[in-house]
Amino acid sequence: MAFAIQFVIDVLSLGGAYALMALGLVIIYGILRLVNFAYGELIMVAGYTMYLSSGSSLPWLVMAVLAVGMAVLFGILTDYAAFRPVRAKSVTAVLITSFAFSNLLQNAALLFISPRPRNVPLPEIFSQTVSIGGAITPVRNLITIAASIVLLAAVAFLMRKTTLGIAMRAAATNFTMARMLGVPANLIISSAFALSGFLAGVVGILWIGRIGTVVPGIGLEPLLVAFIATVIGGMRSLPGAVVGGFLLALIDTTLNYTLSQDLLKFRDAFTFSLVILILLWRPEGLIKGPASGQRT
Amino acid sequence: MKHAYLTALILIAVVAALAVGSQLLGIRLYDRIATNLLISLVLVVGLQTFMGNSGLLSFAHIGFMGLGAYTSAVLTIPAQMKGMALPDLYEFMTVLEVSPLLAMLAAGVVAALVAAVVAYPLMRLSDAAAVITSFALLVVLYTVMNNWSALTNGPRTLFGLPKTTDMPIAAVVAAIVIVIALLFKESRTGKLLRASREDEVAAAALGANIPHLRWRAFILAAFIAGVGGALWGHFITSFAPKAFYLKETFLIITMLVIGGANTVTGAVAGTILVTFAYEGLRGTEGALNATAIGAGQVVGLTEIVLALAMIAVMIVKPGGLFPNREIGHILTRTRRKKEIVS
Repeated sequence: MAFAIQFVIDVLSLGGAYALMALGLVIIYGILRLVNFAYGELIMVAGYTMYLSSGSSLPWLVMAVLAVGMAVLFGILTDYAAFRPVRAKSVTAVLITSFAFSNLLQNAALLFISPRPRNVPLPEIFSQTVSIGGAITPVRNLITIAASIVLLAAVAFLMRKTTLGIAMRAAATNFTMARMLGVPANLIISSAFALSGFLAGVVGILWIGRIGTVVPGIGLEPLLVAFIATVIGGMRSLPGAVVGGFLLALIDTTLNYTLSQDLLKFRDAFTFSLVILILLWRPEGLIKGPASGQRT
Repeated sequence: MKHAYLTALILIAVVAALAVGSQLLGIRLYDRIATNLLISLVLVVGLQTFMGNSGLLSFAHIGFMGLGAYTSAVLTIPAQMKGMALPDLYEFMTVLEVSPLLAMLAAGVVAALVAAVVAYPLMRLSDAAAVITSFALLVVLYTVMNNWSALTNGPRTLFGLPKTTDMPIAAVVAAIVIVIALLFKESRTGKLLRASREDEVAAAALGANIPHLRWRAFILAAFIAGVGGALWGHFITSFAPKAFYLKETFLIITMLVIGGANTVTGAVAGTILVTFAYEGLRGTEGALNATAIGAGQVVGLTEIVLALAMIAVMIVKPGGLFPNREIGHILTRTRRKKEIVS
């Protein structure tokens, strides 16, 4: 029983984080049909903000809010630096500019901060453990689960009930039509980037909470996770991203529990092979997005 | 078709000029840079065969280069050194020792076979999903190289490759690869693939089996990457899996994109330009590190400048320096125009 609880908590906490990462990527892709390679660096930005503000005597929550705020800011900056100037030209051009922007941020961190890991301040609670039904689990896993439930609900509410959310979904379905009906394109895109940055910031804090340090390359793994989860989920559907995130977490956790020590090193390779199998079965991903409009 | 011959001629002349030029200068540093450049040329032109013709960005290219390098290493490290270089190598492989040329071909074949197996499902994916999975593929290849200690010595440096690559060999391989890329571009597969790049729906309506065409191009690109990897491995003689990851991927994509992914000319021009810029910046970085202010702390400056250059080129000329016509084509056109005027 304890084992079952342990397993479920692991899947849910990892899946929650994965789902949020995937969601941040899909919000942009849904509207622009463009992949943001610099997404992982938003997590890095959140981490370094925490590190840089750790010298001050601010309470931890203020630092966290500051970190999320910086991630939002850099999200919008990504739009201005990498997307807006080339958006209308070609898909490949944007892929490359966002890849270049990601490299730019990483190397800036390398140059101006340090290639070595830096400690991030974390509250006591992140390192405590708690026992539930015989299973000992870190409190941060429960925090991750709670945070992901709250955020997923909030995003669902935002997308369904508010004007901004409806406009974003309209833009994702048919961008040209949405513009003709008076949805301001640039504002919608910038708010999508802001929302993406917000999710990245929160995930960043939860993610770094697992490791406790931040390095310039920290964004790679979350980026990859978000990529794979969105491809499984169907690239353009928001529920698909969440499903993909949880499914990926399920695969990862199952492999963690079942593979022997020798094979565990190759976990990423196994995960990816499974993803290829899923894609052979459904090349469109698990959940189809809204009817596809022309890319703008 | 005539202008394709002219293009081949000009590009090979450029390669020859680089080779002879650096030889004439007779400075060992330049010799090393020129050899590096020619090996990069092999890789970038190889990437062009897939990316330029299909219009899909591929991040996995460097991974296949790694496969090639390791294949060639396992095949060529002298039997008596294998015990030291690869202590956990499988029994039957310890006696293997083939000539570097044969190993280079084997490296290409292994990379192509792996590409053929893994890419078959991936080529069915649409544009963004295909790019993303190629990125994931790079990570997987890296994970495998980093952990399959028996064959790769794990994350540690693998040493002991015979140094058989020198400048003339690199130049010859680069020239051959340029010809292959041009031939492929003008072949039936290449033409159909380029049609699908311009308009997927129209090409499919004309009967082009797009996933299959892309698959062929991907295999060819992987083969060239494998050969390039072997070439590089025998030049550098010791390397770790870290050499086949994001930094190098970024570099070759920068080269191809700045030059223009759609043309072989662009691939060659971009490689030359970026190599010179890169070496120049590296020199500056080194000089800064030597001064009191830098004090060995300046890292990543080169990449920052290259990233900025890449964004700038994308904004000003999204197709690169040679967006759609090869150099031979441009020259014949200008000549024809002049004839019409006179």
